[in-house]
Amino acid sequence: MKFARAVALPLVCLVVWEIVCRTGRVSPAVLPAPSRVARKWIEYLVSGELPRDAISSLSRIAVGFLIGGGLALPLGLWMGARPHVYEAVNPIVQLLRPIPPIAFIPLSILWFGLGNPPAFFLISLGAFFPVLLNTVAGVRGVDSIYLRAARSLGASEGALFRRVLLPGALPQILAGIRVGIGVAFIVVIVAEMIAVNEGLGYRILEAREFFWSDKILAGMITIGLLGLCIDAGVSRLNARLLRWQRHD
Amino acid sequence: MIELRGVRVAFGALDAVDLDVGKGELVCLLGPSGCGKSTLLNVVAGFVPASQGSVRVAGANVTKPGPERAVVFQEYALFPWLTVEQNVAFGLRARATPAADIAARVAALLETMSLRDFAKSWPKDLSGGMRQRVALARALALDAPVLLMDEPFGALDALTRRNLQDELLRIFVERRPTILFVTHGIEESLHLADRVVVMTSRPGSVKRIVPVPLARPRDPTSAEFVALQARLTTLVMEEQARHVREELRR
Repeated sequence: MKFARAVALPLVCLVVWEIVCRTGRVSPAVLPAPSRVARKWIEYLVSGELPRDAISSLSRIAVGFLIGGGLALPLGLWMGARPHVYEAVNPIVQLLRPIPPIAFIPLSILWFGLGNPPAFFLISLGAFFPVLLNTVAGVRGVDSIYLRAARSLGASEGALFRRVLLPGALPQILAGIRVGIGVAFIVVIVAEMIAVNEGLGYRILEAREFFWSDKILAGMITIGLLGLCIDAGVSRLNARLLRWQRHD
Repeated sequence: MIELRGVRVAFGALDAVDLDVGKGELVCLLGPSGCGKSTLLNVVAGFVPASQGSVRVAGANVTKPGPERAVVFQEYALFPWLTVEQNVAFGLRARATPAADIAARVAALLETMSLRDFAKSWPKDLSGGMRQRVALARALALDAPVLLMDEPFGALDALTRRNLQDELLRIFVERRPTILFVTHGIEESLHLADRVVVMTSRPGSVKRIVPVPLARPRDPTSAEFVALQARLTTLVMEEQARHVREELRR
């Protein structure tokens, strides 16, 4: 029943869309019928082009995210644990944070040229701030009673970090990672549209030049599906890592 | 074992506290809420610095928290991301004890505290009483000569509290640690303490020290118990009334 309710509306939308297209009142170059998009998607998949594009976009996200998140996590832990570091670094973070990563495109091309380097730069920038800010907030939010307890049990500063601050901040760090991946996903598409000659972002822009609107839609749907899968994966990882957390 | 001389804490929390707790003695700090008894405990624990005076434990000046002064908190303060056995093992791991020794000690402690079946549980799945048992086991794991307890049973229901008081006395008799126990429960202090230190309302200082010369286990219906209870009640009520008067003046 729950499943039926969940799929009913999307099905109705597809049917209406199909009917509207079949009446011939909308040019297929503007809006192709879903059946055409599906056919194109399968063709795109079987030819091997779609898997290549998807892998190329995903690996760009992975590299960019690992760089951005990998820098943000230690910096965030440090800022969260040491007030004087926070006071020194936070102003510049707050200044840079509101600039959308997209606004760095011109500069990134000037600095890194075309191809993967500017894409890595932009994606890591997009992932950096959500991970950083959530890590800082997570560490600062760890209840001081746990620090007291750990210190009175003889924990060294290192143990305090590893066994108290890090796990205590983990729920928020994971929330930051989730947002960071979401931003990386947006940025990779834009970066590929502008600076790279492969990947899903490049492919849908290329399709537009030939008025292949069915291919544009097939590419967009692929992006949506990949995003959904990644988010579901992160969500399962969350549940696994945070099974100690109360759910009420 | 614990020597406090002229201990003051900034912002009028404590005023010139002098107190000695002997080795193997169980002393309760009793007073109205907000009188600074928890602050005093936190000073001994090394969480709060004294702005004046000296705090010595086993002859050494207290400057920071340390594993020779185990603390049990009212809010349990179990690490929610560690299982029961990991919580109990925390201090031993911090001390770099060999893994086999840790496992043996933790198992023995869980056995003593009737927690064996909960070794792999998360704190969130335990009742308040069980959590405080884990916290007690965690504090005992280090065999600290001094045990500092900050209203540890304050949040528990009456039966669970009695049960844990008996548990604590059993451990006290077996191991003879020095215990400083903060409470606002008059009956609780009489059940546990060798001496009860009644504190004045804020700024807290020592009002009266009442010895409890009764053999354990104590009978709360005995004439001596009742007489001591009446005496402590009068002392605490005086301070409570003073506290209320001062609140109203403000």
